[in-house]
Amino acid sequence: MATVKIRIDGQQVEAEEGSFLLPAIQEMGVEIPTLCYYKYATPYAACRMCVVEIWDKRKKNKVVTACNYPIAEGLEVLTHSPRVVAARRTNLEMLMSRCAPMPVLQEMGKKLGIEEPRWGWGTDTCILCGLCVRVCDEIVGARALGFASRGADRYVTTAFDGEADSCILCGACASICPTEHIQLEEADGRKIIHDEVTLGPNSAISVPFRQAVPNVPRIDPEYCIHFRTGGCTVCSQVCPKDCIHYDEQEKTEEIEVGTIVLATGFQDLDPEILKPYGYGKIPNVITAMEFERMNNAAGSTGGKIQLQNGAEPRSIAILHCIGSRDERHHPYCSRVCCMYGLKFAHLVKEKTEAEVYQLYIDLRAFGKGYEEFYQRILSEGVNVIRGKGTEVVRAGRGRAEEGDLLVRCEDTLAGVFREIPVDMVILCTALEAHSDAKETGRKFGVSIGADGWFIERHPKLGPVSTATDGVFLAGVCQGPKDIPDTVAQGGAAAAEAMSLMIRGEVEMDAACAVIDEEKCCGCRLCNDLCAYSAITFDEEKEVSVVNEALCKACGTCVAGCPSGSIKGLHFTDPQIYAEIEGILS
Amino acid sequence: MSFEPKLVGFLCNWCSYTGADLAGTSRLKIPPNLRAIRVMCSGRVDPSFILTALSKGADGVLVLGCHPGDCHYSEGNYNCQRRLPITKSLVEQMGIDPRRVRLEWVSASEASLFQEVVSEFTEQIRSLGPLELKEFDFDRAAADAQLVHE
Repeated sequence: MATVKIRIDGQQVEAEEGSFLLPAIQEMGVEIPTLCYYKYATPYAACRMCVVEIWDKRKKNKVVTACNYPIAEGLEVLTHSPRVVAARRTNLEMLMSRCAPMPVLQEMGKKLGIEEPRWGWGTDTCILCGLCVRVCDEIVGARALGFASRGADRYVTTAFDGEADSCILCGACASICPTEHIQLEEADGRKIIHDEVTLGPNSAISVPFRQAVPNVPRIDPEYCIHFRTGGCTVCSQVCPKDCIHYDEQEKTEEIEVGTIVLATGFQDLDPEILKPYGYGKIPNVITAMEFERMNNAAGSTGGKIQLQNGAEPRSIAILHCIGSRDERHHPYCSRVCCMYGLKFAHLVKEKTEAEVYQLYIDLRAFGKGYEEFYQRILSEGVNVIRGKGTEVVRAGRGRAEEGDLLVRCEDTLAGVFREIPVDMVILCTALEAHSDAKETGRKFGVSIGADGWFIERHPKLGPVSTATDGVFLAGVCQGPKDIPDTVAQGGAAAAEAMSLMIRGEVEMDAACAVIDEEKCCGCRLCNDLCAYSAITFDEEKEVSVVNEALCKACGTCVAGCPSGSIKGLHFTDPQIYAEIEGILS
Repeated sequence: MSFEPKLVGFLCNWCSYTGADLAGTSRLKIPPNLRAIRVMCSGRVDPSFILTALSKGADGVLVLGCHPGDCHYSEGNYNCQRRLPITKSLVEQMGIDPRRVRLEWVSASEASLFQEVVSEFTEQIRSLGPLELKEFDFDRAAADAQLVHE
């Protein structure tokens, strides 16, 4: 479309012919009051607050609504002339006399100098702007809302005033309503939609969290209106770089690689199985990971340490070894909890006035500078109690003044049982192997230890490599470890993988199977026995042949050969017979 | 002096041998009767190894491999699993109690299972007593003649 020149408040601007006036005015930074305008829906000129005075090219002077007035060459616009202001005041007054005193109208009235309408306030909360109807129709595509009746009786409603089958409970109407006339309610015993939305993502398109890699927004198809109705597409219209493609799909790619580093990490023990701690039942019993999120500046509370009711805790207990060093769950030590427990105590002391109790079995400050940190925490006035926290209960009447919860433990140094009143309990849950680690291990030919962690080739001489050549381990998937150790192991695994890649060729084990062509009868029994298809049949010579690059020297073919013509190098029959003889002599 | 059986064990390099190693480093008490021979895979265990061991003075033979599905070589232990019953029936035909030959699965992390299996097998062989091979004359010429006759 052609670009034309118009004058707005005496200033010459260029705008697209046929497009509407309001966005052009807003682009200049001139503020125009409006209630019913939404950039992505068809303008409707219902609230009539955006009126402006214009002179068209025939120099005809009139007052029009800017939101739906098309731009044409030579248009002259005044946005705040006395005539415009008078019209706006009257329009607002009429809206006010229809409606109850609502903040949005009062705010607008203040700007235009109206405290109270001449005809008194009304009672309605809907201004009949129809924005919800247009959004539901054009953007959401659900068409659940519409107008009913005429004239003074007109109102917004669903079909036959009943529950709308086509409503997808997206909440767009309620969030777009300028006067909060539309509220989401509880229906069919379902929780209010409002809560579901806040429990889920704040928006259907968002960056998952601030440090996300890659740090780009993603669409949640469960909430996105486009994926539910095929409508909306507002985000793709807003995006200046045309980055949003709704048809992009998850896909599986096959990549050929020579080396693999397994760094699949761990999962947190589910504390709900540990009934005495009441996680999930008693409020303010949280896991260490949840506390980390709360303490994070980008987290749900913006880094503020608070109880569920928003108050600052008066005292916090940090319970170590929840599920670790516990024969009923994991016999091993999770290794990181002691130090992060101490870190939590330090953070709590720094951010709040709360008392902190550390309940530990043994404090293992094993690393560089850790013992010094422990001493520092002690000097900060943290209560360190040797004895595992055994139970968390709600404080009974009379005790609630000191704390909402009671933590029971045995103070093994003082030799007494204690009940400590606290407001918040942090459970240092065990690190455990992923529930599907066994499957992953099988896929990569890595064995799993009794604790579920991947087994390295040798605890001292091969701490990052595995029984399968070219597969390396890094991080907690091999066993609990803290960040410095993980980084070190990751570096080592990468270096080992690099050294294989740089060499460019693979060193084969000297052990492999060889076939004596003289003896081979060509029965091909070995061809099927080999799991690596390393043995093929030479049609010309009528004997089987071993491909040494493929052979892994398992020896199954050697044991299976009926003519004894296959020799397993380094594990030949004579060698093993000699061994048998040797150990039995 | 009580009877101390001589046992030969064929241990797969990836699971059972590592498991036995772990049992050692875990300081688990294991009867000293088992003499281990490392093979890369339980699939390498030729039935003739077992027969040779028995004929050379072993009172029992234990074959240990990876659990089904965990074989480092995908399916070597399955081959072993199929060969063992044949070997056992062969052993039985020779007048030897088939309980003297046993196949078990022990993974690299199952040190305590290794201890259990070895102790149990040792006790079993101890109760079976020393292996006494029956002497029988094998007249090769007569056997051949009989074959020709048939």
